[in-house]
Amino acid sequence: MSAKRPLEVVGQPRRRVDSRAKVTGQTRFADDLSLPRMLHCKLLRSPHPHAIIEAIDVSRAAAYPGVHLVLTGKDFPVPFGIMPVSQDEYPLAPERVRYVGDSVAAVIARDEKTAEEALELISVTYRALPTISSPEEGLANPQPRIHDYGEQGNIHRNQSYEFGDVEAALATSDHVFEDVFFYEGDTHMALEQQASLASIDGDGKLTLASSAQNPHYLHRQLSAVLQLPASQIRVVAVQNGGGFGGKCDPAGHEMVVSKAALLLGRPVKICLTRQEVFYQHRGRHPVLMKFRTGVTKEGKLTAMHLQTLLDGGAYGSHGPASTFYTGVLTPVTYELPRFKFDACRVFTNKPACGPKRGHGTPQPRFGQEVQLDKIAEKLGLDPAEMRLNMVTKANSLTSNWLGIGSNGLAECIRQVVERSGWKDKHGKLPEGRGIGIAASTYMCGAGVSIYWNKMPHSGVQLLLDRSGQVTVFCGATEVGQGSDDVLASIVAEVLGIGTTQIRCVTGDTGITPIDLGSYSSRVTIMMGNAAMQAAGRVRDLITAAVIEPLETTPEQVVMSQGRVFAADDPNKGMSFVEAVVLAETKFGTLGTVGNYSPPKPPGKFKGSGVGPSPAYSFSACVVETEVDVATGMINIEKVWIAHDIGQSINPVHVRGQVIGGVYMGLGEALMEEQVFRRLPPKLSNALVHKIPSLLEYKTLTSADMPEVEVILIEEPDPNCPYGAKEAGQGPLLPVMPAVANAIWDAVGVRIDEVPITPDKVLRALKLKRAGKNPRVGPEYFPEVPYPEPVFVLPPNESGDGKESKKPERVAANRQTEVTS
Amino acid sequence: MSVGTVKEVQRRVHMTLQVNGEEIDVSFAPYKTLLEVLREDLGLTGTKHGCELGECGACAVLIDGEPLLSCLTLAVECAGRAIETIEGLAQGTQLHPLQEAFADLGGSQCGYCTPGAVMTAKALLDKEPSPTPQRIKEAMSGNICRCTGYQQIVESVERAAGCCRNAEREAT
Amino acid sequence: MMRLPWFKYCAPKSVAEAAHILAAEGRDAMLIAGGTDLLPNMKRRQQTPATLVSLREVPGLKDVVNGRGLTLGAGLTLNQVVNLPAVKDAYLALHQAAGQVASPHLRNMGTLGGNLCLDTRCLYYNQNEDWRRAIDFCMKCEGETCWVATSSKRCMAVSSTDTAPALIALGANVRLVSAAGEREIAVNDLYQNDGAEYLTRQPDEILTAVSLPDLAGWKSTYWKLRRRGSFDFPILGVAAAVRTAPDGTVLDARIVLGAVSSRPILTEAGGLLQGGKLSDEAIAAAGKKATSAAKPLDNTDLDLYWRKDVVSAFVGYALREIRGDDMSATRLRIMRQL
Ligand SMILES: Cc1cc2nc3c(=O)[nH]c(=O)nc-3n(C[C@H](O)[C@H](O)[C@H](O)COP(=O)(O)OP(=O)(O)OC[C@H]3O[C@@H](n4cnc5c(N)ncnc54)[C@H](O)[C@@H]3O)c2cc1C
Ligand code: SF4
Ligand code: FES
Ligand code: FES
Repeated sequence: MSAKRPLEVVGQPRRRVDSRAKVTGQTRFADDLSLPRMLHCKLLRSPHPHAIIEAIDVSRAAAYPGVHLVLTGKDFPVPFGIMPVSQDEYPLAPERVRYVGDSVAAVIARDEKTAEEALELISVTYRALPTISSPEEGLANPQPRIHDYGEQGNIHRNQSYEFGDVEAALATSDHVFEDVFFYEGDTHMALEQQASLASIDGDGKLTLASSAQNPHYLHRQLSAVLQLPASQIRVVAVQNGGGFGGKCDPAGHEMVVSKAALLLGRPVKICLTRQEVFYQHRGRHPVLMKFRTGVTKEGKLTAMHLQTLLDGGAYGSHGPASTFYTGVLTPVTYELPRFKFDACRVFTNKPACGPKRGHGTPQPRFGQEVQLDKIAEKLGLDPAEMRLNMVTKANSLTSNWLGIGSNGLAECIRQVVERSGWKDKHGKLPEGRGIGIAASTYMCGAGVSIYWNKMPHSGVQLLLDRSGQVTVFCGATEVGQGSDDVLASIVAEVLGIGTTQIRCVTGDTGITPIDLGSYSSRVTIMMGNAAMQAAGRVRDLITAAVIEPLETTPEQVVMSQGRVFAADDPNKGMSFVEAVVLAETKFGTLGTVGNYSPPKPPGKFKGSGVGPSPAYSFSACVVETEVDVATGMINIEKVWIAHDIGQSINPVHVRGQVIGGVYMGLGEALMEEQVFRRLPPKLSNALVHKIPSLLEYKTLTSADMPEVEVILIEEPDPNCPYGAKEAGQGPLLPVMPAVANAIWDAVGVRIDEVPITPDKVLRALKLKRAGKNPRVGPEYFPEVPYPEPVFVLPPNESGDGKESKKPERVAANRQTEVTS
Repeated sequence: MSVGTVKEVQRRVHMTLQVNGEEIDVSFAPYKTLLEVLREDLGLTGTKHGCELGECGACAVLIDGEPLLSCLTLAVECAGRAIETIEGLAQGTQLHPLQEAFADLGGSQCGYCTPGAVMTAKALLDKEPSPTPQRIKEAMSGNICRCTGYQQIVESVERAAGCCRNAEREAT
Repeated sequence: MMRLPWFKYCAPKSVAEAAHILAAEGRDAMLIAGGTDLLPNMKRRQQTPATLVSLREVPGLKDVVNGRGLTLGAGLTLNQVVNLPAVKDAYLALHQAAGQVASPHLRNMGTLGGNLCLDTRCLYYNQNEDWRRAIDFCMKCEGETCWVATSSKRCMAVSSTDTAPALIALGANVRLVSAAGEREIAVNDLYQNDGAEYLTRQPDEILTAVSLPDLAGWKSTYWKLRRRGSFDFPILGVAAAVRTAPDGTVLDARIVLGAVSSRPILTEAGGLLQGGKLSDEAIAAAGKKATSAAKPLDNTDLDLYWRKDVVSAFVGYALREIRGDDMSATRLRIMRQL
């Protein structure tokens, strides 16, 4: 306990704690590490999209001068996978390869060059199998199965949820709109290529230093795959050169170098090539979506039936969660009384999809926000007003039982509308120029851990000593988002010192308390809350030690700007260091811990664990664009984005996260796509990544990036440390639909899929000139054998959050309108 | 790759490189690019790599004052040329204004593109002390950054340009 | 890390010495100038010369001779070309083309000669060796079939050089030197429409210089289509050079398309303009004519039909700029630079 004072660190623009090392080139990324006697590993990868491995002969490679070890699938009998329900990967494929790039063998040699040369000497006999290149093909061809587990045939996950009787609500709606959208897959493309260095410590234990976002999950999986007690393994998540979700899954190469180090007793390093990073992937799922949305004539939502079909790629990865995320957050932005959501993920012979910034939610958000634009158009409403009129309320429950705390969405919309001059522009700009709006939300941490347990999601430990130095330990991982800075800032704020006085030790399962990792935008909230608790406990110790010399009460003790003093007599005080000395004298060696577990989710049905979060961030975005009617070329003029951050810990870096999100969103809207090529089937069985290079996987350069105006809305959320919500993922989400809506405003064409390329715009313009429906996008949504829905009554229909029987109803048919 | 031709080829070359103002003797396999020699033979891992094919700019260093890509520069062709890397930019512990600005203004997030970006910006400011934002964007358009969205990089370069000009003014 | 294959490296000190090495080593030897095309290709094992003959230490290849016309050494980097006032003043198309190659760093490295000899490109070809193995290679390198057009007898890889269309429009020549002698040919004659054998240059010939004729009275321009304002190769290049009488009548016009065929195409659209004014109608007709010459295929970025669709618009931009229209806003929007 101590006296209140204004914030000193939190909310101040500051140099972040890790940036000096970054600007001097001192930050050590995984591939920058090297150890004496280090060996190098290269992987042999499958040239076939789907095949049985009939034989592998590694003898010539093993005999090649400079080669120390060759590993194959038989060295790894135990499968793994990030989710307990999808343990379907092997570090090296034992008998079957499932995409071009699946790894088959590993060579460990004195240098990379030798290892690469030896790979050429391995001969593998494959028996090719028929391949599946899309979910539609997967549905049509249950055989051969890519995996012999899953729902049926090549369906990995298949699910359906209904919150209230959706058909009944649609039947009585003034209008029902039906639209189909497609969101192409794309990838993280972190600038750093994954690297890992495994070594055996002096005490015989294994240490793996890796570019990994989630060292804790990797630690567990390593232990299983290597059949080694976790206590014998230390995973160090080295600073990541960008993650964006791409380094969340435990990866085969991490297991391979670990095993090799164990066998050889020498350090072994691997660094993936850029092409291999495209193979490792785990990026955005391509998703086909169908929305049937009911609205009143005033433009309020009555009900929505959303169907999604995900192209999962060759492995499970985070797929079960991704599948949920293509639906569950849909009701968080606008009041939606009833909601039905069917989702199906199909295996295909391509690199596995997984979590990328926004995990599963950008796809339906794109569809929903574009459809809203169409609805507003049809009903003659202003799209911004219409949205404002139905934003969800703070402290409310959605129809699918998600508890919303603070909610700055309305303010976000108002701000972007005002700053962009929306009212003077929308529908009023000359032909070829347009403006579009969209809004979104994201979680501040997943409410439930990836594997079932009741332990904390984040732990923080503090160590102080008489020198005044404060060391803070936490398993959270710096992937570039600034988590170390958040950690230092929160501790500094509580203790009234500067961030430079703090040393962060993070992302190391050998010495830091467990934090689940850098995913689902959970770090600021969960680590931050744990850090507040740990620091609060230290503050209490110090307070108890100084009240006597200061002759004051605990309530009066202030810790500020490196001093500890009494609020009623600020001159009576001491330095922070002196206060720590007193505390160490009184209590002995000083250390505290703090931890955090999210609140219990309100929903109680099976599957209610995906979607709940301690808090939700909100964003609204306006995009102004030019479209050239002769070529269809798009030139984004400016982006305004308002983000409800709750409270900025460090506004410089919140702004950076927001602009970075906009940048990536523009990439997804305009050019990024992870696409594949099949050769003429009569001549070839090939199914390859079309463009696995930084040159051809297009991302915006500085020359292409428009100006972004950032508005931060600060409505502190009580569940969050100092009220701070996430910024890493949310601001990406409204960008793609805002671009699509701006293009409509500019030239009156609808591109119902991303990326929105100039050829699609020109095609739609030609349709328009020919008097046809000026739309480019998917034509239909296929038959998907979704299961019977799990029925749950929404909170405002006196539901109890549990599964229940669907009430009887009289069937009523109504005509569906087509929006475009 | 044919293993058979290796015999006729020299396995190692020995030469003196001038890196950050120091003459360094180094021996390396002649297929190596400057990037590989800097990182693997000289331990200068500040220079990064994101593609090794000229497609990202992470490996940019200055050679005779020009920003070049070390991944496409044969190390055997570097004798007698002045190589500057991120490690040589600060004066002792005094950061270069570009480093200060990148650190303070969010020009660096994950930091992986930062060495290449800072070195490229240095070459720009050495030649053009007052670049416009448009000019900065052009000059930096060979440095892919996946984190920042570039805006804070441009702001950092502008701020550093101002600091450099002030320092210049004070010095004269 | 992608690494180069082993190779023998030599750094001759004169053109004659370089020519001599090439003659002796035959096709196993390749010249390296800036290396920005060759080294990525070698890392991907598309090209695996046993010997690299470096032009770095060959004197004279950076010479600039300004007399009647302008002669540029093949070893000048693209940025050096961009920064030559003589180029900017009299050969704007070359200035603009060189200034839009690749990225700023690559322009500091890549040379004019290397740009002219740039290997043709194809998304089935510019891939790592193991990727190409997954498609069983292709006709251009180690394979049988052309995957872009499976019935094609020849490789259809795309000529992707930016400066060649500009230099053809400007009527430039190149000097080729070998141990056997020396010849000068028009840039237009340096190319042939075959993605595999795309140059008429013999493997033992060194391109030493580019000479530009005196072009008083001409105006030229280069418009490049690519996805991004940096890095990307052209997926369409339009170079135009026009000589007009004081009254605006077109006396001579050359319109050259890049990146829509295995060689730069000197179109017949220029002829169409001769004798008339650069009216909107004439420009549209030229655009139409040029379009018919473009043969984009599905082996580079963006939709091939669209790439053909926009040829006319790009020819229009170029000719309107030459006519004197202020195209700077369009230029900035499309190419992100002036
Ligand atoms: C990411 C990336 C983007 C690029 N974008 C573009 C682009 O937009 N436009 C574009 O035009 N190019 C582009 N390039 C290709 C290249 O950078 C340029 O074409 C450059 O000008 C090539 O010159 P160089 O000196 O580096 O050639 P090198 O790589 O040295 O040589 C290229 C070829 O020419 C031969 N050669 C070189 N010099 C001579 C000579 N004097 N006589 C005879 N033969 C010779 C070589 O043997 C080799 O076959 C790009 C390259 C990369 C890596
Ligand atoms: S055009 Fe055909 S033969 Fe030529 S590189 Fe491409 S696929 Fe190969
Ligand atoms: S590593 Fe050199 S440009 Fe990417
Ligand atoms: S800061 Fe991460 S790539 Fe630029």
